Amino acid sequence: MPLGAYLTLAALVFAIGLFGVLTRRNAVGILLGIELMLNAVNINLVAFARFSGDLGGILFTLFTIAITVAEVAVGLAIVIVIFRVRRTVEADHLDLLRG
Amino acid sequence: MELAAFTLIALIALGSALGLILKRNAIHGALFLVVNLGSVAALYLTLGAEFLAAAQVIVYAGAIMVLFVFAIMVLIPGKEETGPDPRRPLRWVALPAGALLLAQVLVILVGTRGPTPVGSPAPGGVEAIGRLLFTDYLFPFELTSVLLLAAMVGVLLLARRRT
Repeated sequence: MPLGAYLTLAALVFAIGLFGVLTRRNAVGILLGIELMLNAVNINLVAFARFSGDLGGILFTLFTIAITVAEVAVGLAIVIVIFRVRRTVEADHLDLLRG
Repeated sequence: MELAAFTLIALIALGSALGLILKRNAIHGALFLVVNLGSVAALYLTLGAEFLAAAQVIVYAGAIMVLFVFAIMVLIPGKEETGPDPRRPLRWVALPAGALLLAQVLVILVGTRGPTPVGSPAPGGVEAIGRLLFTDYLFPFELTSVLLLAAMVGVLLLARRRT
């Protein structure tokens, strides 16, 4: 398979993820969309590693996975704290800082 | 054979991604994301990165999705996203935004000539990755452990009950 096929698949998944982030109303759904986008980036890194013969891309994907775990853990903890205080997880209702 | 495998995996990945954003129910979205992550793990296998495929299944599909499903069960009981949408017109901007990004990336992809694959694929086995991880990439590796520790302490602090 040519490199372009993998990059096109990654671009499609990334754009779908962006659409999901923009249309979701609750914060957990937005985090799901962000997961999809991060995953698309990982496809790119692994495809480049395979086609350039350099293992750096695979190692960076490992680091991305580790950072994603931290991001999800902190993000969901923040969402749970917001739910405790405001009794909602809808992103549109969280406009406390709005001018 | 390779083309058939790639086509099948790509169709599953795209279908589950579309299912994730089109289903309004968050728990269905989480399950679609599991399918998507599994298909991407299969894609890693076809690219010769066996260790990464295993890590993807264990960390993403195992740990992260359990966390997501747990949070959805706690936070969003039953049906959600009902009732009138306060910003319905703005939602429609999302479709051109996503399409514009996709068009930009595809234009760049078409315009550039990709590199030809090198003769022998980079060995994605555990031995090669482990050797690199503890020599050239030792500093980022240690930084990752500090990051995970910081995240763990931060989550404990956030989730603590105020007394």
